[in-house]
Amino acid sequence: MITHEPEFLPPPSNLRGRLGRSVLLACRNAGRALLILWEAVLSLRFVFSKRSRPVVLQQLYITGIKSLGVISVVAMFTGMILALQMGLELRKYGQEVNIGLAVMVTMLREMGPFMTALILAASVGSAMAAELGTMTVSEEIAALEVMSISPVRFLVMPRLAAMMIMTPILTFYACMLGVVGGAIVGSTQLGVSVPAYIDNALRWAENKDLYVGLLKSFVFGIMITTICCYEGFATTEGAVGVGRATRRSVVISFLAILVVGYIITRLFYQ
Amino acid sequence: MIRFEHVIKYFGERKVLDSVNFKVERGETFVIVGFSGAGKSVTLKHMIRLLTPDIGKIYVGDELMSTASGADLVRLREKFGMLFQDAALLEWMSVFDNVALPLREKTNMSNAAIEKRVEEKLRQVNLDGVHDAMPSELSGGMRKRVGLARAIVMNPDIILYDEPTSGLDPVTSRAIDQLIDRMRLELKVTSVVVTHDLFSALAIGTRIAMIYDGRILEISRPRDFIRSQNEIVKRFLDAQYITQRGAWERTDHETQ
Repeated sequence: MITHEPEFLPPPSNLRGRLGRSVLLACRNAGRALLILWEAVLSLRFVFSKRSRPVVLQQLYITGIKSLGVISVVAMFTGMILALQMGLELRKYGQEVNIGLAVMVTMLREMGPFMTALILAASVGSAMAAELGTMTVSEEIAALEVMSISPVRFLVMPRLAAMMIMTPILTFYACMLGVVGGAIVGSTQLGVSVPAYIDNALRWAENKDLYVGLLKSFVFGIMITTICCYEGFATTEGAVGVGRATRRSVVISFLAILVVGYIITRLFYQ
Repeated sequence: MIRFEHVIKYFGERKVLDSVNFKVERGETFVIVGFSGAGKSVTLKHMIRLLTPDIGKIYVGDELMSTASGADLVRLREKFGMLFQDAALLEWMSVFDNVALPLREKTNMSNAAIEKRVEEKLRQVNLDGVHDAMPSELSGGMRKRVGLARAIVMNPDIILYDEPTSGLDPVTSRAIDQLIDRMRLELKVTSVVVTHDLFSALAIGTRIAMIYDGRILEISRPRDFIRSQNEIVKRFLDAQYITQRGAWERTDHETQ
């Protein structure tokens, strides 16, 4: 069941008790979130069913198209900033032609997935938490359960499918725009021609950089959906609770993106 | 139809249900009344397993609801329809889609059959011409009626009503009462109604249970309920100006 009974825990008697409870509650919440993810993954077999298709398409639109504007601006300027900062340093050694490689690798490996995930967590993820949180406090989730309609299959699965598809696509798009931004700065301010910049970028960047970056973004998409949907379902105490769930979902998503991003990097680049 | 056996429920240290025993008979409208926080909604949520008793058993028919899980719980829940306090309509769906939702998700009915069933149910709750309206465009009474149409669309055996008249004006409240009574007469369903509106309880209930501080104080027919000698029941009746003749009455002191 997604709806949980209200909790009435006595206040911890001391600091150790408080710490212990926080750890236990964090473990329990993580377990519940993973159960939601598991059920959503099992429900993915319905993703192309007639009744799910319109909802999945709608979520693809919200996740992909509606995030495109902000991702475009941020990605372009990130590439431009990277190119400018690194170009100015490399120029001291007469190596400014290598900004192509530097921007390409930085975008593919780290900045592309990281930046896209942060934007999606802040925009799409927070909206998920707020939407599901409002549904929880207005008993809509309970109503679904009473009708024996799984809230996970009905609400989480389409969001998960959309994030799994759109996060890598948006990440790739952000990386390419970042590279374009770098090329603009390179050619206008650093004296690196566009063909030289692109040649340098493509010659030294590896396929692995692309694959690891896309893997990261795929994992980030799953994490954001799981965290934000769980926080939405766990909402209590009306409008204040919805606000709290939204804030928590964004903060936890940010932290998880950082930590998991490091772990994946460590696994593939030793 | 529904049987509570020594049901005890704690919220933290507080005992919210204290050895609750009662039985709802098939085809009756069983009304649970009581002061705010007495345990009415908690009792209702136990029936549909949105809450689980700490001690005691709840049966639906001959089957144990209080420990059911998985497919058994789904099957038992399919016997129920529920009207939530604020109707709990999905706000991004139209009236038609809200009512059609259980049919689309739980059955393989064709679109034409779904349309026919939804129209029939909307007609039964006296709602016509609002198919395409969004829940936010509806009045409180209309929202409740849409919620009721959704609750009965799968033709359940039992309908649960959580405060069906709360927040409604007296005329709309009586219209909802009539609907609940019609559901019993026309659909032969068993109804359980939680309310603190005694006028409503007396109008629709075949039996009324008074819950106080988590305990069932009295279960009786409406005509016996208003003649109860229990002090708390009398206080509850007095608070709504209901005399033993069942009529509204105020003292001279109050009218001055």
